[in-house]
Formats: sequence, C-alpha cells, structure tokens
Amino acid sequence: MGRYSVFSLVTQGFLGHGGWKPVWRQPDPKPAYDCVIIGGGGHGLATAYYLAKEHGMRNIAVLEKGWLGGGNSGRNTSIIRSNYLYDESAAIYNHALNLWETLGRELNFNIMMSHRGVINLAHDEGEMRQLKRRIEANRLNGVDSEWLDAKQVQEFCPILNVSADIRYPVLGGTLQRRGGVNRHDAVCWGYARKADEMGVDIIQQCEVTGIRVEAGAVTGIETTRGSIRTPKVASVAAGHTSVIAKMVDLRLPIESHPLQALVSEPIKPIHPCVVMSNAVHVYCSQSDKGELVIGAGIDAHVSYTQRGSLDIIEHQMASLVELFPIFSRLRMMRQWGGIVDVSPDASPIISKTPVKGFYVNGGWGTGGWKATPGSGHVFAHTIAHDEPHPIAAPFAIDRFHTGRLVAEHGAAAVAH
Amino acid sequence: MFLIPCPYCGERDQSEFANAGEAHIARPVWRDDMTDREWADFVFMRTNTKGLFAERWVHAAGCRKIFNALRNTATDELLAVYEVGAEPPEVETVLPATPSGEALGSGNDAVKIIASGGSEKP
Repeated sequence: MGRYSVFSLVTQGFLGHGGWKPVWRQPDPKPAYDCVIIGGGGHGLATAYYLAKEHGMRNIAVLEKGWLGGGNSGRNTSIIRSNYLYDESAAIYNHALNLWETLGRELNFNIMMSHRGVINLAHDEGEMRQLKRRIEANRLNGVDSEWLDAKQVQEFCPILNVSADIRYPVLGGTLQRRGGVNRHDAVCWGYARKADEMGVDIIQQCEVTGIRVEAGAVTGIETTRGSIRTPKVASVAAGHTSVIAKMVDLRLPIESHPLQALVSEPIKPIHPCVVMSNAVHVYCSQSDKGELVIGAGIDAHVSYTQRGSLDIIEHQMASLVELFPIFSRLRMMRQWGGIVDVSPDASPIISKTPVKGFYVNGGWGTGGWKATPGSGHVFAHTIAHDEPHPIAAPFAIDRFHTGRLVAEHGAAAVAH
Repeated sequence: MFLIPCPYCGERDQSEFANAGEAHIARPVWRDDMTDREWADFVFMRTNTKGLFAERWVHAAGCRKIFNALRNTATDELLAVYEVGAEPPEVETVLPATPSGEALGSGNDAVKIIASGGSEKP
C-alpha cells in the first residue's frame, strides 16, 4: 500500500488521480480466527489495530453489520477532552488524548485533529465550586485545566453571551487547551487502513446472530455470512452491547438510549473553540466545513431507534440561542440520532466476563469518542493477555458488585 | 417521539411523561445471607431488551400517576398500557428477525443493508 505524502499527492495530480487504490480489502470471512471483534466503529477498529501492532495478533477479524464507522463513530460531535474528576478516568481519557496527539502521523492519515480548546461553563456557584474542584483534581493527575472568569471566557470565545441578564448567566468556566475536535470518519478509515495492512480482515455487512459457548468458554460465532471458529470474541457494539451480551446469557448494567446531534448550514469561521454547558445543556463547535455541530441530551426511555424526540432538540436549540444569540437566525441542516449505551456510573465497562474468551468494551454512554485510541489500546491488551490492562482494571464489570464505582456524572457532558 | 395513551387521561404527547425505567423488577426480600452480587443484580443489572419491553411511565405533567406500558424498543411502537402490579397483556408485534434486522421505517434504516433486489437482507 502506498504511503500518503506530498509527493504521492503531486504524482497523482499529474496522473489525474487515477492511481489511488482502495485502502482496505473486502475479504470473505475465513472459517477460523484467533479473535473476532464485533463492531467496526472507532473503538473496534482501534482494538484491531493495537492487537495487530502491539500484540502480534494478525489472524483476527472485525465484523461490522453495516459499514465502517456508520454507527456512533459517524454520529458523535467528535469532542476530545480528558478533564474528568477521578484518577481512574483521568488515566484512561488522558491516555487517549496523548495518543490522539500523534495519531495522524502514526496512521499516516490526516485525522484533522484540532486542539482548539474546550470550555465547560459554570452558571451557578455550586457548579463553579464543582468545576474548580475538578480543575485541581485534573492538575494533580497531569491533565491541563484552568479557570477562566466570565470576562476571560468571552475573550476566548467572543460570540458567547456572558451578560448578566440572561436566565442562567455565565459565571466562568474551565478551559482545557489540549482539548478539541477531529474528523471521526478519518479516524475510522485511518485505523482500518493500517489494520488491513497488517492482515486484519475487516468484514462489512456481516451481522453477528449468535455466539457459541461450550463448557463456559467461547468456541465460535454465528453470522449472516456463516459460522466462524474462534476462542476469543470481543464485543465493541456500543448501543447494541446488551444485545450481544444476551447471546452468552450475560446481563449488563447498561441501558440504550437515543442521543441526537445536528448541524447548521455552513457559515464562515466564527466559533473558535468547543463550548459545553451542563446546566443550560448544549455543546457546540464549528467544523472545518463551517457547520455548527450541536449536541445535548438523551431521550430518557430505552430505545434502539436511531432518531430521537423533538422536545429534546427544541430544548437544545433554546439553550444554544441563549448562549449564542448570534446563531438565532441560523438554519439547521441535518439532524440524526445514535444509540448510546449508558452505564449507571457514567463510566465505561472494559472487562473480561464470566464467559471465558468473551470480552466487553461498552457503556461509554454519551462520551466515547474522545476515548477511542485509549480504549482500543487498553482493550487490545486485555484481550491479548486475558488480563486487564492496569488502566482498564478499574472499569471491570465487578465494580457493580464490589461498589467501587467511578461516578463521573459531573464530568460527563450529557446529564443522565 | 410518540403518543402515550395514559390509562387515566387518554392519549397525550410523550413529552408530558417521565420514563421510570424497566418494569417488573422486584426488590429482593431481605435475608441475612444476601450477597453483594444479588443486590447488584437488583440495583444495576437491566435486560435492556431490543424488542418487546415492559416499562414504567409517570404522567408527570398530567395526572401524575404511574402505569406500565409495553413498547417495541426496535420501532418505538407503543403496544399496550396496564396498571402497576398487573401482568403484561398479550400483544402482537413484529420483532427484529436478527439483532438488527428490524423492519424498514423503524428509524434504523441508515445502517441497514439493502440487497440489490430491494428486499431486506438481514
């Protein structure tokens, strides 16, 4: 496979761009693999990439029921940050942020990583104290984080309404300068291209319908494209995690909800960073194409329909217009929903299970995108060694039995 | 978004209701030898069914009463409402043929695989 560089671009320019080759194969499933990963989104492809690169497991497959990155990887608002409260969370999200910084070079693929800064707003004194506490916790964990008062917030993001006469005035906010956004499709394609190069079979339009378990251990998997023998199955199925777990009679502390996002018509660059508000409840950034990318809340009921309720986005738009009056006449162009797997403590589950050879990576809820490389990296270690990576260990399913929860509701962007 | 037929007030917009999660989860009867695992199963573990699902709703902006409902979570089709404590009624609905093989029009068309003949492949 060719390496992407300015020289390949210029050469192809002279050749009329006729020489670009597909960057991954479309293989048929083999009868057996060393490991099968269910889910061809960012987390699944990252898992496959690190399994092949760091653990030498190259006879593996990624099964995707639709197309690569067509689920939540293509539906999120691509916000990257690591300013979580607890040590366990700071470890995994900062691990991911460190990997994001060099991922484009590592994958030889432009993931359009932009460290433009993420602001989390405070609208009352309680929230202000809570956010300042989080800043101190972040600093102790080596996560960059700083406090901005209302004036500094406005200097950083001039279009934000910080006047005192709105219903929930902006009192200040935290800023993580290393935070930002990137291009989600490019991340999936970059991981897929490199994983394929190392021999990983990426099989799209192949849905898992059952998992064979004999004497408490995984022996194979049933799909719409035939049976596959494998001693290891790793579920990275996001909203469908419970559906996959049910195939091995495993109940998880996860509920699936629709989460919506929308984009506006494209406008000239005006929004310099990412602004998130938990209290007024909206988060917003501007893509390089010029569209505002806006997200907010989940529907409260369990649902697997990839849409959402209108009252949720009405609330989200009201919040947006209060914080950014300048956007009040902007038209919204597209709206969509994705199914998020919400865990009771707003932290993920990266874990071995009572079924030998069945691994779960899920429960990322509304904020999984930022963790993609870190999640894949520690999950690959967990699968390859059949022992949790030290960073993944606190996120085992057992925590719901022992009570060692990692309650991150305050740092998660979406209230649930 | 859907309409919910409140058994006490009649059909109303979903935004009037608050969802109260999975129905028919019985609090375990206290025993001295009860394990953490049993408690955790009650407190945290959920079926999170894709398909026919029994759940509780509160008519928060109406009569404020709690009732149960049966809904197909693959399509959001609301099939029946019934009183708390009652057994779920018999209903008919089309369940997904495979884990994501729900009917077209369910809201999940974006990631569905459509065979060239126009018929649904899983």
